[in-house]
Parts: sequence; structure tokens; C-alpha cells
Amino acid sequence: MHYSPVPMHIPDGFLSLVVSVICWITSASIIGLAISKTNKALGERQIPLMGIMAAFIFAAQMINFPVAGGTSGHLLGGALAAIVLGPWAGMLVMTAVIAVQGLLFQDGGLLVMGANILNMGLLTAAVGYGLYRSASIRSNKIKLGVAGIAAWLSVMTGALLTSLELWLSGTSQLQVVIPAMLGVHALIGLGEAMITVSALAFILRTRPDLLGEESESAKGGGGWIWVGGLIALAVVLFSPLASTDPDGLNRVAADLGFLGNAQSGAGPLAGYTLPFLAFTSLGKIGAGIIGIIVVGAVILLVGRGMKAKA
Amino acid sequence: MHFDAFDRYHEKESFVHRLDPRVKVVVTIVFIISNALLPDGAWLAFVLAWLFLLMANLLSRLGVAYTFKRSLVALPFALIAITVLFSIPGKPVGSFSIAMWNFVITDAGLLRFVSILIRSWLSVQIALLLVAVTRFPDLIHAFEHLRVPAILTTIVAFLYRYLFVLTDEVFRLLRARESRSAGTAGKRPGGGVLWRARVAGNMAGQLFLRSYERSDRIYNAMLSRGYTGHLYTLNPHEMKSRDYYVTAFAIAIIFIVQMIGRL
Repeated sequence: MHYSPVPMHIPDGFLSLVVSVICWITSASIIGLAISKTNKALGERQIPLMGIMAAFIFAAQMINFPVAGGTSGHLLGGALAAIVLGPWAGMLVMTAVIAVQGLLFQDGGLLVMGANILNMGLLTAAVGYGLYRSASIRSNKIKLGVAGIAAWLSVMTGALLTSLELWLSGTSQLQVVIPAMLGVHALIGLGEAMITVSALAFILRTRPDLLGEESESAKGGGGWIWVGGLIALAVVLFSPLASTDPDGLNRVAADLGFLGNAQSGAGPLAGYTLPFLAFTSLGKIGAGIIGIIVVGAVILLVGRGMKAKA
Repeated sequence: MHFDAFDRYHEKESFVHRLDPRVKVVVTIVFIISNALLPDGAWLAFVLAWLFLLMANLLSRLGVAYTFKRSLVALPFALIAITVLFSIPGKPVGSFSIAMWNFVITDAGLLRFVSILIRSWLSVQIALLLVAVTRFPDLIHAFEHLRVPAILTTIVAFLYRYLFVLTDEVFRLLRARESRSAGTAGKRPGGGVLWRARVAGNMAGQLFLRSYERSDRIYNAMLSRGYTGHLYTLNPHEMKSRDYYVTAFAIAIIFIVQMIGRL
């Protein structure tokens, strides 16, 4: 089968019970909210639509393109689902996709499914939609560029939260897991951004009504801009801090009772500073922001190129 | 592609197959929670939990090693836990160096690493068994009985029902791309990475439109057959007294394993 697992699906056993339960409660409350919002806004007509769209995201993840050295890029779909279906429906669709991946393919565990849904479904949809919505009245070019940034950041957000959950469960060390996860997903996110942008460009060319002012996509409230923007900002500011000052975070986590004494930082690796982490936190925040601007500019240019050829 | 191409169900006449799906879902979840609660290095409890799994395999008539053979799917993820080998203070049991770093594996770190892997491995196996002895539509139904909101189970039911249709659609798209990607010897077909990404994106957009338009047709067809927002099934899904006994018995065993693990 062309089904390719994504490295962000946490299996059972890697998160502690406390972290799993907290994630389940968070996810369940957000899903509950999404259900009541979609029930209010949409009729029974939407349920088959959301079901087919969930199957679409699942199937679209099988479309890959070769990158280099045998690796391939493919879609995760959280941002795309939220942009074309609206945020709440997008969240429900992603929840269904991740639930089936865990249940049927054991790609992601059951007890940790709350965490997987939160990381890859709810947050990616919120960040993806919120950032996209901030540009929804602009020209298509800007819209597509912002959608690319949104898709990239949505993947990074998921990766950061996954790292934090693994660390709080005592499964990974903060100063290793954050650079590793964010590094890998910066690339995966590029693939995600490129596919999302070109898919949206294709939809804008062929069925512009689906993304126009009357569509579900434009109906999400302006509050989403704040939600998406704030989460994205938190990710940009927090990731460099977390990887340069893990001791402080370790202390906070130990105080909150998450980590045993054995985990609070004093290991053989704690003394090392990996060479690529040797920036000051301020410098790293700056680097993060510059990185995002660069990625955004690249995506804008690509989007423009695609528009021109259309 | 056949409609149940994705189902991992293994048709067998067995005691476990005949149990109500709710029983299997509840026991699976309790088993996984119990694994998460077992302390590091509870070897005896880990072995007993594994015996529980082997028994379940046997009772399902799938062969003792059925889940064992398929249980390595979560293994690549073990990489993410590798840092605990070095980060937990303890007696050194081995070391190696890469470039300028010297990595020391501690006994406490090794204990934790192995415990994480065993927990994950046991949990994956019971989840594998669950889908092997329960048809996926029955599974969805069980979740509905267990108070998962109907809108979610309905979306999942649609996802499952149309996944094979859209997968066929994806295969057609991939085949079309392949058949147009001819290349001369020594030269890779297709353009640069950006170009390839754009083609993949266009294919995703195309798949989206086909799915979107198909969902309209499906909805209209359903309306014409009297769809009101609920899916009905002929399967009665009644809990018999046997189902209650089995649930209680299985949970009792898991509880005992948990107690032994905490001694």
C-alpha cells in the first residue's frame, strides 16, 4: 500500500499517563467546541462532505514527490483542510483522519491519540487557518504566500508540541529532542508548504468560488487571526529559548511534578553545548524570525511564479 | 480496489471474534493504560502482560505469534527515546564516541529505554489484535455506544467507506503522472524539486475537486434513499451476560498484573 507513516505520530508507551490524559482532555474539549460550532453552522448536509474530505486528506497523504536521496515529500494536510473547509470542520476532519490512522494502521497509539490529535490536527488547523485568514481579503498572490507560511508554521507547531510532550514524559531530553524534531520538520514543513500552496493555487484557478467570500473558508471569525497569530508567535519565540535554556524549563517541569529527580537535567549530556546551539537566546529568536521571513519570501516568489504560469 | 481493502480484519470462527466489539475496545484501552502505569523495570509484570497477549492471540485462533510478527511498526520511533540512555545518572555500562562527543550509557538509562520500548511494543500488539478480530464498521459502532459523539463516528464511517474509492483515484493520478514522466538514459525525468512539488500539489488540488464534487453526488444519492443524518445498521450489538463476564475477567487479570508490577 502507498501508505507512508509520518514521523510525528507518537506510539503508545512513549508518553506518560499524566501527559496523555492532559492531552486527551485538551483535545476532547476543543473537539467538543468544534462539534457544537459545526452543528450550529452547518446542516446534516455537511456530514457526508466532512467524511469525504477526511478520506480526501487520508488519500492525499499518499501523493508524494521525490526530493533527494530516496526521501520524498508529502502532505500532512491540517492547514489545507482548515483553509478549504473552515477551521472547525477542518479540525473534525483531521481528528477523524488521525483516529483512523491510529486505530486501523497502528500509526500512532490509542492512549496517546489525544496528543496526536492535538499536535497534528487541532493545532495545525488553528495555526494554518488563523494565519491564512489574516490575508483572506488580499490578492491571491499574498493569500497563497501566507498560506505557505501558515502551512510551514503549522508543521513546526506540531513538532514543537510533540517534543514538549515527549520531554515532559521523561522520554527524551529537551536539548536534543527540540533541535532534532524542529530540524527534521523544517524540511517536512517545506514540502507541506509547497504542496498546500500549489493545491490552493489549483483550486483558485479551477473553482475560485470554493475559496471566495461566500465560502466556508471565509466564514471563520476574525478571532482566528488572533488565535493562529499568537500560537505562531509563541512557537517562534519559545523554540529558541527552549533549546538554549533547557535547565530553567527542566526546573519548572520538576517543580510541577512532571519529571523525577533523575530527569532534571544533570545528565552527562547536560554539560555539553551542541555547537549549533551556541547562540544567545536573543540571537536565536532573531534567527528564527529571519528564517521565517526568508521562508515566506521564497514561498511568495514560488506562488508568484505559479500564478504567472496559470 | 475492494471496499474492505484497508480493513485488517481476519475472518475466523473464534470466541474472541464473537465477543461484542465494546468488550474488545474496553479491554484494549484498559490494557494500554495498565502498560503506561507499570513502573520501569517491572519485568515480571511485562512478561505476564505478554502472556495475556499470547492467550488472547490463541483464543482468537490467529496463531500464537500473530501480533508478534506484525509488532515492529512502532520501532523507528524508538530513536526519539534514545537520549534517555545517556541522560539519566547511574552506573556506566558502556560507552562509545562519535567525533568529539563521548556517550556513556548508564544502567538507569538502559532500564528506562528498554521499559519504554516494551510498553510501546505490548500496546501496539493489543491494538493490532483489536483490528484483527473486529470488523472496522463494528469498531466504529462500538465507539458510538461508548459515547463518542455521533458526528465524529459518522465522519469516520464515511472516511472508511470512501477511502478505497479515493485511493483508486490517487492510484489513477499517480499512474497518469508516471506514464507522462518518461526520461532519456542517464537523465532523471521531470524538473527540479520545486517543479515536482508543484505537480504533486496540483494533483492534491485535483483530488480535492474530484472528492468535493463526488461528495455532492453522494449526498444527493443518500437523500434520495431517505438519509436524515443518521446511519442505521442491522447489527443489533447487544451485550450478553458472557460479554460482561469476559470484560470483568480480563480487567481482573490486568489488575493483578498491575499489582504484581508494583510490588
